[in-house]
Amino acid sequence: MPITQLNNYRIFDKINQKMTIYGVALLATCYIAGQLFGEGLGKILGIDANVGGVGFAMLLLIVLGNWLQKRNFLAPETEKGISFWSQMYIPVIVAMSATQNVNAAMSGGFVALLAGIIPTAVAFAAISIISKSFKSSNKK
Amino acid sequence: MEIISNFLIKNGLIVAFAVTGAIMYASNVFSDKVLNKKIPGAAIAIIVGLLLAYAGGQMTGGTNGIADVKIFSGFALLGGSMLRDFTIVSTAMGASFVVMRQTGFAGVLSLCLGIVLTFVVGAVIAYAFGYTDAKSMTTIGAGACTFIIGPVTGTAIGASSQVIALSIAAGVVKSILVTIFTPFVAKYIGLNNPHTAMIYGGMIGTTSGVAAGLAATDPKLVPYGALTATFYTGLGCLTCPSILYFIMSRLF
Repeated sequence: MPITQLNNYRIFDKINQKMTIYGVALLATCYIAGQLFGEGLGKILGIDANVGGVGFAMLLLIVLGNWLQKRNFLAPETEKGISFWSQMYIPVIVAMSATQNVNAAMSGGFVALLAGIIPTAVAFAAISIISKSFKSSNKK
Repeated sequence: MEIISNFLIKNGLIVAFAVTGAIMYASNVFSDKVLNKKIPGAAIAIIVGLLLAYAGGQMTGGTNGIADVKIFSGFALLGGSMLRDFTIVSTAMGASFVVMRQTGFAGVLSLCLGIVLTFVVGAVIAYAFGYTDAKSMTTIGAGACTFIIGPVTGTAIGASSQVIALSIAAGVVKSILVTIFTPFVAKYIGLNNPHTAMIYGGMIGTTSGVAAGLAATDPKLVPYGALTATFYTGLGCLTCPSILYFIMSRLF
């Protein structure tokens, strides 16, 4: 086989190759679109905060992912590009906790301590109540 | 020595990968062999992270935990909001859209209730400690929600800087508390299904706490809790300095 033809085959292969970066890029695109939407929503509402950017990005990824899966565009290699990051989630969280301002929490005094603890305890207690009441109403 | 530390500083992110991996491994071994898996490895790793953050703060007097120690500066990137949010979004792959839609209403309700309930209890505690003016009570109540809502609210309504600092501290206490205690109280509040996870995200709301708490409890629940929690800070920044402050200023 002449060399030029071999090369042509290789190029053809590469175009058809399912690459991990496609998954990473899909994830990144959803992230950017969702976060920008959240930032924009914050601006429109006149507040200095991102409103639900991560949530919108997640919904976008679910919808796009399903759409691509149905059309068989989502090769295992592509999915690996996304699943890698979801497996990196816990280590990232560990790194995040290592960068928290723990000293500020300890030095805020008694008021800060109680204002952090008691409302949180109340909220925790309320979770089971809401969760139960909604489950029972669903069953009816 | 200097050559090594300069090298580590230059390659900060890679150092953070290696160190975090070592923490994860040590925590998992400790959980397996010493604690018989009674406490999940992820929970131990997160607590180790918090201890490192405390040590870093003590050593440098900075606000970014271990990342203020120069050779560990890569932790700021690995544990920063960019990679945190990126990995949270990635967990959505494989989450059930149907469940999210079914719990949608309960999620929205828990968001509103979570902010109002936390705000009110926080404001009551502020009042009990002598912060009886509407501005201070609103700011501390907002800080009890998250450490972002507190300063945003305080700045918007013109609270004193001491009160704003207090509100940040209250928010950080909450975030750390949620991080550590979620896996331990999960049993008692029925936090073992996507439905409750969405309500949990809405009620608690502090993104880093919810993210870390669910990671240590059951990683499968992360996308559901994160979905509602992501609206909490925005909604809080919207309501605390406006409606809630308005009500407070009428009452006090």
